[in-house]
Order: sequence, then C-alpha cells, then structure tokens
Amino acid sequence: MEVTDTWYLVLSALLFTIGAVGLLVRRNPLVMFMCVELMLNAVNITFVAFANALDDLAGQTAVFFVLVVAAAEVVVGLSIVVALMRRRPNATADDIAELRG
Amino acid sequence: MIGANLLGSSFGGVLAQIEQTPFVRPHIDWHAVAPELVLLAGGALVTVVDVIGLEKVRRIIPSLTSLVFLAAFVPVLTLWNQQGDLPRVMWDGAYVVDNYSLVLKGLFLLSGYVIVLLSTNYMLEGDYYDSEYYQLISASVLGMLVMTSARDLVSIFVAIELVSIPAYLMAAWRKRDLKSNEAGLKYMLMGVFASALLLYGMSLLYGMAASTKLTDIAAALSIGESKPIFTLAIVFTVVGFGFKVSAVPFHTWAPDTYEGAPTPLTAFLAVASKAAGFVALLNVVIIGFPGQADVVEPLMWVLAAATMTVGNLIAIRQTNIVRMLAYSGVAQAGYMLAPLAVFGDRPGQATSAVVTYLVIYAAMNLGAFAVVIIAARKTGSGEISSYGGLFNYAPGLTVAMTLFLFSLAGIPPVGGWYAKFEIFRVLTDGGSGAGVSLAIIAAVNSVFAAFYYLAILKQMWFMPAPDGDHSRISIPPSLQAALGVTVFVTIVTGSVLIGPLSDITKLADLALP
Repeated sequence: MEVTDTWYLVLSALLFTIGAVGLLVRRNPLVMFMCVELMLNAVNITFVAFANALDDLAGQTAVFFVLVVAAAEVVVGLSIVVALMRRRPNATADDIAELRG
Repeated sequence: MIGANLLGSSFGGVLAQIEQTPFVRPHIDWHAVAPELVLLAGGALVTVVDVIGLEKVRRIIPSLTSLVFLAAFVPVLTLWNQQGDLPRVMWDGAYVVDNYSLVLKGLFLLSGYVIVLLSTNYMLEGDYYDSEYYQLISASVLGMLVMTSARDLVSIFVAIELVSIPAYLMAAWRKRDLKSNEAGLKYMLMGVFASALLLYGMSLLYGMAASTKLTDIAAALSIGESKPIFTLAIVFTVVGFGFKVSAVPFHTWAPDTYEGAPTPLTAFLAVASKAAGFVALLNVVIIGFPGQADVVEPLMWVLAAATMTVGNLIAIRQTNIVRMLAYSGVAQAGYMLAPLAVFGDRPGQATSAVVTYLVIYAAMNLGAFAVVIIAARKTGSGEISSYGGLFNYAPGLTVAMTLFLFSLAGIPPVGGWYAKFEIFRVLTDGGSGAGVSLAIIAAVNSVFAAFYYLAILKQMWFMPAPDGDHSRISIPPSLQAALGVTVFVTIVTGSVLIGPLSDITKLADLALP
C-alpha cells in the first residue's frame, strides 16, 4: 500500500481534532496549552504535505514562520501560567473563575 | 522507505526550483516601509534608553514612546501626499502600500498615541514594570501597521501574532493580582486557539491555490464550481478572525479579559487590537474571497446579527462600566461585520463603510475609556453606581462622557451617527433581502443600545453621589490631552468634517487593484 499525500492530510486532520478536543475537555492550563501546540503542529504537517503535493516552496517556508511564532507563544504562555500557579498552586481552568463571563 | 522516497522527490523538486531561479535582490521601497521602520527603530530606542538609564529615565519613557508614534506618523503623511506613486507594491505583491493601508496606519498610530497618554499616570502610580509595557505597545502597534499592508497569508499571520502576543503579556500585567492573571490566561488560550483555527484554514487555502498570496487565492476560488473544501477553509478562517474581533459566539474571553486587564490596556484591546482583527478580515475577505461570496455572505450575516443582538442584550444587565463597554464593543463589532454580509456586489463601498466605522469607533471608545480611567482615580471603582453625582463635582467630564455615549448610541451630531449611517447605506443600497433584513436588525439593536447608554447618563446627571463626596477630580495633563483629542475627533467626524472624512474613506478602497 502506498503512502500518499492524502495520508498526511488525514493524519494532520486527526492531530488537529485531538488537539481541539483536548483543549475543550482537559482542565489543566498546562495541558490545554500543549493541546494548542498539537494543533499548530498539525497545521505544519498540512502545509508540508500540500507543499510536497504541489511541488511548491511557499508551504515549506510558511512552516518556519509558524514554528517561530509558536515558540514565541510558548514563552509568553508559560510565563503567564507560572505567574498564575505561583498565586494559586494546582489551579485548574474551572478554579480560575474570579471573573464571570 | 516509501516516506523516504516521498521526501526525496520533494527535495529534488525544491532543489530544481532553487536552481532554476537565481537569487535576485527584492526591490525594497524604503519610503513605503518608513512608518514601520521608524516605529521599529523607536521601539528599540525605548528599550535601549530604559536599559541604560534604569530608574532615572522611568518618567520620560512614556513621552519618548508617544514621540515615536508621532514620528512614525510623518512618513504616513508624506506617502499620502505622493498620491501619484500609490499603490506601492513590494515583494511580488505580498506587501502593498495604498490609500487603504495609509488611512489605517494613521488610525493605528494615533490610537497608539492616545493609549500611551491614557497609560502614563496609571502605570506611574501603580506597582508595575512600566518601561517594558511601552516597548510591548510599540511592538503591538508595529504588528498593526504591517497588517494594513499584508496581502499574503504568511505576512497576515505574522502580523496578527505580532499584535496579539504582546497583548497577552500586557493583559496579565498586574502579575500579583489573580484577576489580571486570569485575564491574561483566558485571552492567551483563546487567542492561540483562534490562531490555530485560522492557520488550519490558511493551510487549506494554500493547498487549493498553490500560493499564499491573496490574489492567487482569489483566482483559485473563483474558477469552477464551489467545492466543500473551499467552504471548510473559509469557515476555519472566518471563525479564527471571529475570535480576534470578539464576534458572538466567540466573544466569551472579551468581558473577563477586559475587566481583569489594566484599564488603559483594555482600551487598547477594545479599540486598536479589535480594529487590527477587522483589517485582517477585510484583507482576506475582500481580496481573497470575492469568488465565494455565496458562502461568505450568509456566514457574515449570521455572525453580524448574532453579535449585535447578544452583545446588546447582555450589556443591558451589566453593573460594571468596563464590562458594559466590553459588551457594547461586542455589539459594535456586529455593526462593523454587517457590511461584509453584502460585500459581493459592492466591495468598495463595504470597505469604506467599515473603515469609517473604525475611525469613529476608535475616537469615541478611547474617549469613553479615558473618562472611566479619570473617574476611577477618584472613586477607585468601575461600578456604574459610583458615577452618581458626577455632574456636581466634575461637570466638564460629565459633558465629555455624554458626548461619547451619544456617539456610541448613534445620536447626531456627534460622530457615531455618521458611522451607523454609512453601514445602513451599504446594507440597503442594493435592495437585497439579506441586506435590508440585517439593516432592520441593526436598527432595532441601536434602540436597545440607547437604553444602557442612557442609564449611565441618568446616573451621572441626576443621581446623588453615593458617598456624598463632592471633592473635585484632578486630571493630569496627559489625560487632559487624551480627552481633548478624542472629544475633538468625536465632534468633528459627526458634523463639520463629514465631507473630508467621507472623501478619505472613499479613497480607502481595497477592491481596486
């Protein structure tokens, strides 16, 4: 059986869904953040799979931008999580409800 | 093994591509990118001055930052004066400086200037790291400037993240306050989630167009019949932007973040950051999706109708003025989304209407936040009940707030009515059922909205002060300046300067290539 580009697209769609569902279901801020990273990396797989199928460079370069932005988001996100955890150790997303939407 | 073949073929193709095209230095029009470069250099200057001077320079950092914003405004004016050279296109059409982007660059720089004025005393008097705050504001505004010119998915993505990532940090700026931590965390998680959705939509668009340029995407989406994958990509992209502009049902982060964040930063999020989201949405929808108007228009109709209705209904129940302004901002976003529900026939008019609304919305909302910040200096509270008796001890402030609330409610002769008028004109001009029905929903909503704006007026003008304290409020010079600028713009855009404003926003037409 040959592994085609479609396989990679299906894989990335699955990873993206797992990440999205994880973000909505899990309550630990750190795990929620990891789920978002999973979604971003799923997008990277899509970009590379399409770039390969289309034989085009733009998709491959887009991945570099996504990687750099994701790294910046990790720095900012972890610092916010650390600031929060110092005030409220072991807080879950449900505990953090000083403000009511 | 098969995977290796696949990679091998891919690298072979890429290598062949690189060999075929020798490196050519891209043409850079330095004048066209001057506003961004000035702001970048100015932000770096603020950082260096802060690092060298430490505590000694703490007090001049805000003035320095506001000067940087004004300096970056100069090249915007010189570019505007050389109308013959516009549009200036760079990097194979990925970066375009035209009238549209210049109007919005000016708007973002002036909003950034007013927000620095609003922040100065708030940051000096609180227990904050303040120099870093101004560096982050310049970085965020730089992202907005790039956004106005970005005509490529990658540059739009980088710009929207450059706007958002500093804003996540600033929302959590009061780091010893649990509310501010929560505001930052909610904003960050929702923002990154939205970015992921947006990116997935963008990757699908790239897969269909074989290019990240918006014009190529428009060409790919225009030919042939509508495929389900087109719809999927459009829905992901629009939902991603929906979070950024706090459209219902993706608005839930907004009120919590607005209440928990420092108030000047709330003004920044509600005005500048939201406007940047709208600019990105306009770029992508007007340039990239005209061939799929049948899909985008109903989507926008539903988003606009839901956003204005839900925003207004929840705003009526709020007792905290910052939360009320947050929900009022959600409702205003609904009005701004409305022209996109009929953009297929009149893309130029829809763009002008949204740009007009953004300009007037920035002035009146920044002004309302200025009054909230000034009043909180005395009362220390954001509750609407604390506004009782304001007319007795601060008549000037009360009159200013009345102007801003009239404008938000759309009562002539202050700016807001003209912004709404333009929206209604776009919706009803074509006489289509969708446009007229949305106009009726918007009209009903405007009447609803007047209720909660007028409730604050009643509190300010007729109710007694809750604690009987009638001592005057001292307004520091920077806040006086912010109030002066916003009052002036709010008044003239609804009366004497309607002509020039409509001339300028008519030029800001994205549809023309």
